[in-house]
Amino acid sequence: MATQIKDERVAQTSLATKLLQRPELGALIGAAVIFFLFWSVDTTGNFAAVGGTAGWTDIAAPIGIIAVFVALLMIGGEFDLSTGVMVGTSGLLAGLLTTEYNLNVWVAIPIVFAFAALVGFINGFVVVKTGLPSFIVTLATFFVLRGANLAVTKELTGTVRVANVEDAAGFDGAHAIFASKLMIGTSNFQISILWWILATILATWLLTRTQFGNWIFAAGGDKTAARNAGVPVDRTKIILFMMSSLSAAFVGIMFVLRLQGMQAGQGVGMEFFYIIAAAVGGTLLMGGAGSAIGASIGAAIMGIADIGIPYALWDQDWRWTFIGVILLAAVLTNTFIGNRAKGARR
Amino acid sequence: MTEMALELKNVGKSFGNVIALAEVSVKVRKAQVTCILGDNGAGKSTLIKTLSGVHKPSSGVYEVEGEEVSFDSPRDALAKGIATVYQDLATIPLMSVWRNFFLGNEITTGWGPLRRLDTKKMKDLAKVQLLEMGIDLRDTGQPIGTLSGGERQAVAIARAIYFGAKVLILDEPTSALGVRQSGIVLKYVLAAKDRGVSVVFITHNPHHAFLVGDFFYLLNRGHLANEFERAKVDLDELTKEMAGGAELDALTREIQMVRTD
Repeated sequence: MATQIKDERVAQTSLATKLLQRPELGALIGAAVIFFLFWSVDTTGNFAAVGGTAGWTDIAAPIGIIAVFVALLMIGGEFDLSTGVMVGTSGLLAGLLTTEYNLNVWVAIPIVFAFAALVGFINGFVVVKTGLPSFIVTLATFFVLRGANLAVTKELTGTVRVANVEDAAGFDGAHAIFASKLMIGTSNFQISILWWILATILATWLLTRTQFGNWIFAAGGDKTAARNAGVPVDRTKIILFMMSSLSAAFVGIMFVLRLQGMQAGQGVGMEFFYIIAAAVGGTLLMGGAGSAIGASIGAAIMGIADIGIPYALWDQDWRWTFIGVILLAAVLTNTFIGNRAKGARR
Repeated sequence: MTEMALELKNVGKSFGNVIALAEVSVKVRKAQVTCILGDNGAGKSTLIKTLSGVHKPSSGVYEVEGEEVSFDSPRDALAKGIATVYQDLATIPLMSVWRNFFLGNEITTGWGPLRRLDTKKMKDLAKVQLLEMGIDLRDTGQPIGTLSGGERQAVAIARAIYFGAKVLILDEPTSALGVRQSGIVLKYVLAAKDRGVSVVFITHNPHHAFLVGDFFYLLNRGHLANEFERAKVDLDELTKEMAGGAELDALTREIQMVRTD
């Protein structure tokens, strides 16, 4: 009898631990709290209505599309600082190919994706072959692309902007797919939200339901142990770098079609938003644990703050401070959870 | 002569001008526990890495079931049924028990882009397989890091056996464990032997080796210092040989001279 009682207690503890181990739970609670916070200080009466929702989801979608794949990469144990600038590079490349070289948009898009895949491959290849920290390797890529974005754009257009993409052949069809709006109620919702949801589903499926996902966790958790078990760690990491680069290219194409052009400086600085979204969403910074849904919720929190702060009539610049505080709070929570899961009964 | 699972014949291994192993001959008999004992720096890790396919011998012959082999990687050795369980690098702490169990050998279902993990089947199989080895887990979904060190080693051993290991190389499986935990692991070493698996047990603990071993090889400074069969050796002799025999006698005398009290 005594042992039965004891057993039951153990089961209860493990249930609580199990709940804590859901990496996205903290982010979800955080998002709800932040949502109600901004709702309560909203001065327009519009924040929780259709208009506000269209606003924050529009900010969150492009962050989320990249953040979910950055999260997979981080779970695999690596960082990518070149994703932000890659958004600019891809948009500029698509813009230049269609305006300067008169290519059809549908020809330019595969070229852009091929280029992004190549950049991601180089990032990954250099990281796995040299053993250098990905932080440094992709920081180098970031600066190389940042310079090239400006120099090449100025060289070809004489300005720091690519414009008039709307005149290119195939623009209308591509615009409908990547950058159109859907009227819901009284507000326009961007189609990017649909892509955001699809990206989250795809990344979650890959991570939790496929062999590749198992390898991501293993590669980030302990790469030597993973190799001993027969996991192709290097290949897994290279593919992850290619996926984060490709997701950035996707967003770059979305932007160039929506804005009908692109500034040479577009995307620079955004890489941190993706990493923050992933971290806030429960991805461990040392790799091995995390979730794509969590990263999506992290992106949503950023969108909510971005719209909520002006709606509350606070100075817009406070959003940086706000995101900083959220990041620290989230990472502290995640570290606590990570320790619980790792060393509970060693 | 197929009673040998593995055999090393006069194997040497040098790294540059450092000789790590010299003229070492070891026989690993089928369904027996072969212990390789040695102090730090005796060449134990070089010997394991040679057996498990990480290193190629510089000289001598490596035979698997009487046939000469030359492994390029641990994967080649694994393909021949030779699995190695490393002391600390066997499992990934934050991943669940079943994910660890099937890591690298995932069972999938569906086709094309819908090919996915057969989660339920793997969870059930992991539970049954672990139970057969005497490891009773409430939930194979818990992170393996929440298990004790001995249980984690046991899961790694059960995994190797399930995936068809004919030879199991255990690298110091008990060195980081307490007495009870070591006992758990030693029990699974014998369970593996009962299932017809040949075990190579590398350790510097003669007590643990003597509990499970059938054959004992002593390594010292890269050379094979001695070999014993279980029937012809007792624990005291093994311990003494392991500690260096004559060297230990000399050391004992020296220490007694220093200790004047």
